[in-house]
Amino acid sequence: MFGKLTWDAIPFNQPIPMAASLMVVVVILAILGYTFAKGWWPYLWREWITSVDHKRLGIMYAVLALVMLLRGFTDAIMMRSQQAVAAGGHQGYLPPEHYDQIFSAHGTIMIFFVAMPFVIGLMNFVLPLQLGVRDVAFPVLNSISFWLTCSGALLVNMSLMIGSFARTGWLVYPPLSELAFSPDVGVDYYLWSLQISGVGTLMTGINFVTTILKLRAPGMGYMRMPVFCWTALASNLLIVAAFPVLTATLAMLILDRYLGFHFFTNDGGGSAMMFINLIWIWGHPEVYILVLPAFGVYSEVIATFARKPLFGYRSMVAATLGICLLSFMVWLHHFFTMGAGADVNAFFGVMTMVIAVPTGVKVFNWLFTLYGGRVHFASPVLWSLGFICTFVIGGMTGVLLAIPPADFVLHNSLFLVAHFHNVIIGGVLFGAFAGYMYWFPKAFGFQLNEPLGKASFWCWLIGFYLAFFPLYALGLMGATRRMQHYDNVEWQPLMLVAMLGALVILTGILLIILQLFVSIRQRAKLADRTGDPWQGRTLEWSTASPPPAWNFALLPQVHGTDAYWTMKQAGRATSQPATPPAYEPLEVPRNTPVGVILAFFSVIAGFALIWHIWWLAIIGLIGLAVTALSHAWSVDREMMIPADEVAAFERARASGGGS
Amino acid sequence: MQSIWQSGVLDPQGPIGAAERLILLNATAIMLAIIIPVIVLVLGFAWWFRAGNTRAQYLPTFQYSGPIELVVWSIPALVIMFLGGMAWISSHDLDPPKPIASKVAPIEIQVVALDWKWLFIYPNEGVASVNQLAVPVGTPLSFRITSATVMNSFFVPQLGSQIYAMAGMTNRLELMADKPGTYQGLSAQYSGAGFSDMRFEVKAMPAADFQAWVASTKAGGGTLDPVAYGRLARPSMAVKPQTFGNVTPRLFEAAIQQAVK
Repeated sequence: MFGKLTWDAIPFNQPIPMAASLMVVVVILAILGYTFAKGWWPYLWREWITSVDHKRLGIMYAVLALVMLLRGFTDAIMMRSQQAVAAGGHQGYLPPEHYDQIFSAHGTIMIFFVAMPFVIGLMNFVLPLQLGVRDVAFPVLNSISFWLTCSGALLVNMSLMIGSFARTGWLVYPPLSELAFSPDVGVDYYLWSLQISGVGTLMTGINFVTTILKLRAPGMGYMRMPVFCWTALASNLLIVAAFPVLTATLAMLILDRYLGFHFFTNDGGGSAMMFINLIWIWGHPEVYILVLPAFGVYSEVIATFARKPLFGYRSMVAATLGICLLSFMVWLHHFFTMGAGADVNAFFGVMTMVIAVPTGVKVFNWLFTLYGGRVHFASPVLWSLGFICTFVIGGMTGVLLAIPPADFVLHNSLFLVAHFHNVIIGGVLFGAFAGYMYWFPKAFGFQLNEPLGKASFWCWLIGFYLAFFPLYALGLMGATRRMQHYDNVEWQPLMLVAMLGALVILTGILLIILQLFVSIRQRAKLADRTGDPWQGRTLEWSTASPPPAWNFALLPQVHGTDAYWTMKQAGRATSQPATPPAYEPLEVPRNTPVGVILAFFSVIAGFALIWHIWWLAIIGLIGLAVTALSHAWSVDREMMIPADEVAAFERARASGGGS
Repeated sequence: MQSIWQSGVLDPQGPIGAAERLILLNATAIMLAIIIPVIVLVLGFAWWFRAGNTRAQYLPTFQYSGPIELVVWSIPALVIMFLGGMAWISSHDLDPPKPIASKVAPIEIQVVALDWKWLFIYPNEGVASVNQLAVPVGTPLSFRITSATVMNSFFVPQLGSQIYAMAGMTNRLELMADKPGTYQGLSAQYSGAGFSDMRFEVKAMPAADFQAWVASTKAGGGTLDPVAYGRLARPSMAVKPQTFGNVTPRLFEAAIQQAVK
């Protein structure tokens, strides 16, 4: 009746996962109960859960990312504390069975459910505003994408309480992830969560590529798009090209595990090497999917706060597209040690290094954007400067790892772990936080508390160096990754420093949360009625904060790069037109629960497939099909906003009343 | 400070490891020559052009300069051409299966990764050992590596290159130890619950001592036949080193095929 699911799946006898999962359940119930008691449920359902507004979805993506950051970081603290104590003969407090799940979950969660939602959330919020349009190309699809990502995140977290997560590392290399070596449901949790959220991500890619290519304000040619839009275009082209590879690869592993196929098994003619090639054909572009939009954020932030246009716009665009193409030609550098032969290794090593050229150009262009500027050290700028100084070091160690003979001694070591945290934290996460602090006043109409934001930055920066520079050294000393314990007690002091670094980062995370609460309390004092608190250059700053559902009452006319700056220079943005323009009724998409219903059924189907509860899986799949089809046949999906309402909003804004 | 780097890849004890350390240090030095000035310039520009500095010139339209563009594309391109050349040449020079030039005939060692221990078979000597690798110094070590289980990576940091151990396949790896000593070996590819204890000691000894080790191992008895191999292949953790004085011929070939019976 319930497939593989029995009461044994719940870890009653294991205090750590049991306590953790109970805490999660209690917190979720408390939040649900509190919002219910406050009577917020109808509001949340009407205005957020069913919303198809790209701005609200962007905000919800960011909330998902921040919540999952807490989960992923809890894993990180556990790993660092385990390695801080498990030296010499000591086994630490986490047996391999737990420790191996923790590092697998940490990587999976941080990449798929923190970095991806954060970056996609920023793109969601910013892209239509920067392009000067009213929404993305497919607003309902956007909502479905978000809710499917949530389904994936929920399934990953359910593994904490019901069953277990994969003990295979975050990329589930076979043959270890095959049924012969991982018979329990851990790998299945991984596979189905990523399949479900991967569909959402692919649809996001299609949606954003279409938006950027087809929907831009009048006059905004490609070479007038803000650089963030260019990096988002490159990132989403990579999503469209790479995520089907991930889906197909995981589907083959699913066939191996569920139907006895032999794609990657040791027997029956399977080849694990094929999986490793395929997963990195997705996996390396994935790195650029994450970091390119972050590069875009830095470009916007540095230009805005230097009060100058970005230096070398065309170079930046060329470099972005160059990275986009090259990122598909380097995957083999993740396994030079597979024994492919000198020519193959050398080719992929050189191609990897070539990516350093456009990346280096970007760094120099940011440098010359600062040159001759009037740099205001607001918190987004601190993140950006911290990024450049940190990222060049990560780039250097990346080029080192790209030299095959150097990789032969550094592969899979803590040096590698330090390298990719150097580029993911120093590149992606700093960019996400820069973007968060930069666009927050646009999203909510009040600024974030600056001193707390800056304090958080310094904790993250110092914590990062403390946590990961010891790992570079340890890697050179011969320490490999994923050790549950180690013999060499000389490594322990550095492990303790790394642990200290993790605690400093924890302080940084707590400060970000504190900043949010304090800023909400001080929102009257921090309010921004201009819509343009940073003296911005791009179109998102030309509309109200928060922008109305229709973003722009009249679509802006674009006359160059830095469209809003150009308008302000020409005096068009500030002077009131002599006669109020004739506003027209605007058509906006109606909210719909189709996304959240699809997500509900996909959780049911995913959970049932994980536990082999076939009847429930059929119910879930039927639910998905019925929901999708009934939505496809529905009509009346738009509503009109009367011209009066638009005009009233604009009048109120012009008179300084704000929203 | 010296001692802390010992036993790591910066303290190589053989020609392969030494060549790889040299590449590591050279490439780092070349790149530091670029990135340190970049970091200094970024912080310097940001500080000098801060909003409050009235002495700094404000160039609100400075957004393009052909000569600067040329320079910013050239610097990384030239550095990468140089490093790329280095990568190309060194990939061929230090290709793991490339034989090491030596007057001494190489010794052949077969390596099988098991759950969770390493089996070393010396086919010409007819002996085998678990989690312990005795080798003669100054002699090229010609490894053939496979796995009877999931993927692992055979790695002795002080000797140099690692390579994957994969079921159904063999990888070749050529290493050499210059000096007698004990070096740590490990699996560098996570392979499951017993992974952290998948470690072994490499005992590098003079050739005469190695011959004595082979003789004593033979005298020490223990037979590695398919039955014993089957027992050994069962999952076990933190396995103590052991030796076999007698090994069924062609056991390694059978292990590659996953067909030891």
